[in-house]
Amino acid sequence: MSETNRNRESYCTFRLGNLNLGVEVNDVQEVIRYQPTTRVPLTSAVVHGLMNLRGQIVTALDLRSRLGLPASQSEKPLMNVVVRSPDGPISLLVDEIGDVVEVDQERFEPPPETLQGAQRGFIRGAMKLDNDLLLLLDTASVLQVDAA
Amino acid sequence: MTTENAVEGFDEVVKEFLVESYESLDQLDGDLLALEDTPEDLDRLASIFRTVHTIKGTSGFLAFPKLERVAHVGESLLVPLRDGDFGLTRNMADNLLHMVDAIREILRHIESDGVEGDQDYEDLVARLESLRSGEPTTEVQTDSDSPEEDTPGHRPAVDAEPVIESNESQIAEPESPNKPALKIESTAKPALSRQKSSEPEPAAESVDRPQSVADSTVRIDVDLLDKLMNLVGELVLSRNQIIQFSETIEDPAMIAASQRLNLITTELQEGVMKTRMQPIRNAWSKLPRVVRDLSASCGKDVEVQMEGADTELDKTILEALKDPLTHIVRNSVDHGIESAETRQSNGKPAKGVLCLRAFHEGGHVNIEIADDGGGIDSERVREKAIEKNLITEEQADRMSERELINLILLPGFSTAAKVTNVSGRGVGMDVVKTNIERIGGTIDIQSEAGQGTTLRIKIPLTLAIVPALIVKTDGDQYAIPQVSLLELVRLDSERARSQIEFIHETPVYRLRGNLLPLVYLDEQLELKQKRHPEDQPESVNIVVLQAEDQPFGLVVDTITDTQEIVVKPLGCHLKNVATYAGTTIMGDGTVALILDVFGLANKCSVLSEHRSRALTHDANESIEQNSNRQEMLIVDPGDQSRAAIQLTSVARLEEFDSTQVERSGNSDVVQYRGKIMPLIYLNGYSPASQCEGSTRLNTVVFASDENRVGVVVGKILDIVSEQLDSANGNLPSRCVVQDRVTEIVDLPQIVRASFPELMASSIA
Repeated sequence: MSETNRNRESYCTFRLGNLNLGVEVNDVQEVIRYQPTTRVPLTSAVVHGLMNLRGQIVTALDLRSRLGLPASQSEKPLMNVVVRSPDGPISLLVDEIGDVVEVDQERFEPPPETLQGAQRGFIRGAMKLDNDLLLLLDTASVLQVDAA
Repeated sequence: MTTENAVEGFDEVVKEFLVESYESLDQLDGDLLALEDTPEDLDRLASIFRTVHTIKGTSGFLAFPKLERVAHVGESLLVPLRDGDFGLTRNMADNLLHMVDAIREILRHIESDGVEGDQDYEDLVARLESLRSGEPTTEVQTDSDSPEEDTPGHRPAVDAEPVIESNESQIAEPESPNKPALKIESTAKPALSRQKSSEPEPAAESVDRPQSVADSTVRIDVDLLDKLMNLVGELVLSRNQIIQFSETIEDPAMIAASQRLNLITTELQEGVMKTRMQPIRNAWSKLPRVVRDLSASCGKDVEVQMEGADTELDKTILEALKDPLTHIVRNSVDHGIESAETRQSNGKPAKGVLCLRAFHEGGHVNIEIADDGGGIDSERVREKAIEKNLITEEQADRMSERELINLILLPGFSTAAKVTNVSGRGVGMDVVKTNIERIGGTIDIQSEAGQGTTLRIKIPLTLAIVPALIVKTDGDQYAIPQVSLLELVRLDSERARSQIEFIHETPVYRLRGNLLPLVYLDEQLELKQKRHPEDQPESVNIVVLQAEDQPFGLVVDTITDTQEIVVKPLGCHLKNVATYAGTTIMGDGTVALILDVFGLANKCSVLSEHRSRALTHDANESIEQNSNRQEMLIVDPGDQSRAAIQLTSVARLEEFDSTQVERSGNSDVVQYRGKIMPLIYLNGYSPASQCEGSTRLNTVVFASDENRVGVVVGKILDIVSEQLDSANGNLPSRCVVQDRVTEIVDLPQIVRASFPELMASSIA
């Protein structure tokens, strides 16, 4: 059993439009419903606002805008994926939360050269699932937002 | 401070030292062992070095010579190791571990009897010293072989007997130095040390031992405290919601439970707040040592006195204060207090006194650092400031002595003629000032030549909680720290329309005759388009703020409330935005941004530049058009009207304090440039006689030959160049200046009327 588990990693998955994205489960502090946020004028459009997470102030980033996707047309409220970062927790706003999946590392493949645009820098690669692709988000570069 | 108190204070210091040292010793054991596995780990070596260095330094300060000596030789051995001169051998590690044991033993003695015990550890010292000098001793040789043979696998094999033996021999060894058996046993010692470190309190030792000081206190990570504080804050919010809720349900049990919750929450909140408070002694405790060393190296004799060392402050503030305090104290000893000879020849006691005083006052803590030294020479400060172009000569002339002295807080200022190894090392008083301002404090210097200098620092009790004004703009709440708040002005739509004027496109408001630039918060935050002068404003709320010396009016939608807010830092994505100082959580749980008034003022400084440019542009243009112009000084006589005085009749503009005004005969006079100058009041009344406190008197000095008369006006407003239609060479009595009706004052005429005898000769 340990033999088969060695190369498996768990990912917290979520959807952004038609993208199926995932981050390592260990990087995720928690997943919560949409919280009211306070907007921060004079900052990048990626900074959606500040929210109060049990007394801690957490910056919520608009992941759609970060990946260069258009704003969501859906009525459904967004979800917060709170990820750990060296500078404290940061929330990524996503459309929908998926399951936590365990994937064999052998299914990994780097992003195809044809993947262009804003997304390229933020996708570490793809996991070939049975009937879907799971794109692995490069959290470190996603979180690097210039203030202005 | 009585002797008893001093002893008590000393005990306190020793106790703290013991707690600190026990901890560092446990750390040292671990570090040394880890270092053996990775000898090239320089960070770890540096950390070991620092720990030993700290113990040595403190023990020297507390006068524990044995401890200092043991730590000293250990430190000396660590220096070449840290610098990479030679690598760590097993033998060295052994002896360093012995040193740790020896230190621990001395500390136990100190803890139980207050003295270091009667062992002298000469042998250990000798071994450490020989290791450092690289003398090949038998030990070194035997041990340099051993790393190959003595693989980690072998070590646990050492049976328990030699361990106990060596334990005994280690205690016994100083009593019988040079005992040959010791060297033979040395291979067993790593096992001893290892065992000891894995079991810091061997059973045999802990029996019969009174509870150690280290057991009565717990060190807690400040992060954890911060987290607790946050959670308590959240609990307070939840409690508020529950209390609100319980009021709607009229269930006595529910009400009782919520009241209990209320009490407990309040108590918890107070308790958690208290954990962050520490006596200022913690920041002061290192200063006597600093003073002692420094005064010795300067050849001075300085005594440190402390008052109010129990005054408590938030931990964060205390930490932030340490460096500025050290710097100020160094300055005082180095520059303030004179050498013993100078002091005696000036009739002062040879021993200088540096007094540290702390006390609470109205939600603030005041800290005073006073020396009885030579004081600051305001004349020299003045010269230096002018020489360095920090101020102009005119500005300097208008400054009081106290203002001049406070110039030393400006960046780029240093009066130290010679750079000593103490001061002048690039950390100026401006850094002290910045550091203190960063924690919301203010600093003020008072100095009397020959009598000494007093530095007064005023800081808030806690950084975490500040009073703030809550305003709303475009639907969002913002907090403005109250330190920068001057006043609030509300204009209804009618007054807003008439009283907000525009210089080009920049809105200004006349606040008691002074032009106050207006800044719209929603425009600054780029939430709304820039307003046009044609726009019809609705009612306007102006928050008058002070940023450095520049007051400005911040226009917001609504002013909600003043509140004590808990300041939380900005996330890393927002740190670069200078407009915000932090964030806070409001009573309803929403997040609000705290505005940084300085940042905001900087952001809109574009406007003030624009404004001054516009004015000079106008002036230049009109001068070209017409040369029949007069330079006029526009003043407010004191009744909100405007008056113009021909600049040609003005000698100087001065500011006097109303306390400087004296009565002589029927008129008010001031001493000015070694002479008596009579004052007349343009508006006919004397503010000095009306109000008790000290007010500034803006004075236009009229000079004729050697005679001067001061004309006191309410305010100096502006200097303009205006074309005057002079009929028959006489001035008209009023004209329109800057679109305002302005009375023209014939200064010579007024002075002549008031003091006919004074001006008779010159004007006639």
